[in-house]
Amino acid sequence: MAEAGMIYSIILAFLFAIAAGLVGSFALMKRMILAGDVISHVALPGLGLAFLFHFNPLLGGGATLLLGTLLIWNLQKNESFSTDVAIGVVFAGSVAIGAALTPTEDLVDAFFGKFEQISGFTFVLGVLAVALIVFFIFRRRSELILNLFSPELAAATGIKLNRLNLLFLLAFSLTVLIGLRFMGALLAGALIIVPAATGRRLSNSIGVFLLASSLASVLAVGIGFLINAYVFRSLSIAPTIVIVSVLLFCLSLLGPKTEIVM
Amino acid sequence: MDRLLLFLELVGIGDVRSSIADSCIEEDGSKVTTGNILSVQELSIQFDKLSVLHNLSFEVDEGDTLAIIGPNGAGKTVLLKALLGLIPHEGEIRWSPGVRLGYVPQKVAADRQMPLRVHDLLAAKADVLKLPPKSVDAVATMAGLTPEVVNSSIGTISGGQFQKVLIAFALLGKPNVLLFDEPTASLDELAQERVYELVERLQREQQLTVLLVSHDLSIVYRAANKVLCVSKDKVCFGPPREILTPATLEAMYSAPPKFFLHQHDEESARPCKADSHG
Repeated sequence: MAEAGMIYSIILAFLFAIAAGLVGSFALMKRMILAGDVISHVALPGLGLAFLFHFNPLLGGGATLLLGTLLIWNLQKNESFSTDVAIGVVFAGSVAIGAALTPTEDLVDAFFGKFEQISGFTFVLGVLAVALIVFFIFRRRSELILNLFSPELAAATGIKLNRLNLLFLLAFSLTVLIGLRFMGALLAGALIIVPAATGRRLSNSIGVFLLASSLASVLAVGIGFLINAYVFRSLSIAPTIVIVSVLLFCLSLLGPKTEIVM
Repeated sequence: MDRLLLFLELVGIGDVRSSIADSCIEEDGSKVTTGNILSVQELSIQFDKLSVLHNLSFEVDEGDTLAIIGPNGAGKTVLLKALLGLIPHEGEIRWSPGVRLGYVPQKVAADRQMPLRVHDLLAAKADVLKLPPKSVDAVATMAGLTPEVVNSSIGTISGGQFQKVLIAFALLGKPNVLLFDEPTASLDELAQERVYELVERLQREQQLTVLLVSHDLSIVYRAANKVLCVSKDKVCFGPPREILTPATLEAMYSAPPKFFLHQHDEESARPCKADSHG
């Protein structure tokens, strides 16, 4: 049984990597890297409450994530307010409140995640969530592309931008939520952003970009697991994975730039 | 007839125009009613408390080329966006039934570093509008985009090519009205000329109605059969030879609004009516 729980956990980690690559590609193009990072930090107060009162951390993290998502969505709509400022404040507040709430012994787990076995039920939920994210990205891909290219032209084409932005933010948060347990609130966002940066270096069309980002993400998780299992057993898994993904990005810098951009 | 031919082109049957151009094919019942394709009555737009357009009324007939001129900040782009239904307004904007709008914006704040090929972009719109993939090739050909450009990344093509891409983008969905917002603002003269030749050709071939915001008065004079001038205190509407008079233009572009009314009244140019003093 313990073995099965571990295998579930590993499979879900890879599925998370795929979703993270897809969502990260669009987040990168939307220039919401900072916002994306903050979304994962917003889970901290919820995690803290969950550790404090001993309920499922995903429930707590999910609740504050949803709140944070709606907050950022509203800020995006409201052009008169500087999103940067709001994000800065929300970021600092979330980390501080999360750190204050979380019992000291659980702090490292909340920040950097803990790799552990998961129940069959959690696994099924996770698989469904990943399926939902992948379905969303491919179903709405064209609308997302037009919105990225020009919100004005997208609107003139009949796309409901507010709804699309909300759906994308929800997909982003759901991705964070899937990775939250084993990546932690500080690093869950990293695996969405860094592999996408790598993918961007290696592609000049959307299809290749999505594929390359997902691949970079899956590679980081795979190599991270291998290092953790065979080389540095004492390392936590989340930092290992993120370090690998950063190294992959550095490697991509060595390759030829795909094209000259005017 | 022309719309049928356009449709055939779009679905990939190719350029059938020349072969049956002189034959007589009855159009089906979807024919757009002739006469006013657009009627605007007492249109007013304001942002917060700033009034941008005030009591604007004009009409556009099918096949017209309407040039919209006016100084910077007069609300020309805002007018186009209102006509597209993108911003709230007061007054009436009435398009005739069956109208499909194509829009070429003034500038696109697109991230040119996006890993996006021209084909990706056009295919994305075709997908959203549920058009067959072949329609992408059809509009690319119509807009004069070479396969090489279609397969290039949007960050690597020239300004003139980029403008053609935007025109091809607007042509997806078989519009019968095209709205252009300064389509050649950042182009060199040769590229400008090419874009206008393209617009004129499209209009001729597809029987399009064109609404064109432009600063280039020679183009306005050449291409437009109606001119709408929009400036803070004045609105004029009529054929180019009546609107593009030295007095009107000076009043609109150079003299400060406070003074031009008097000057203008003295000139008593017929087509312009003064709405209010500044």
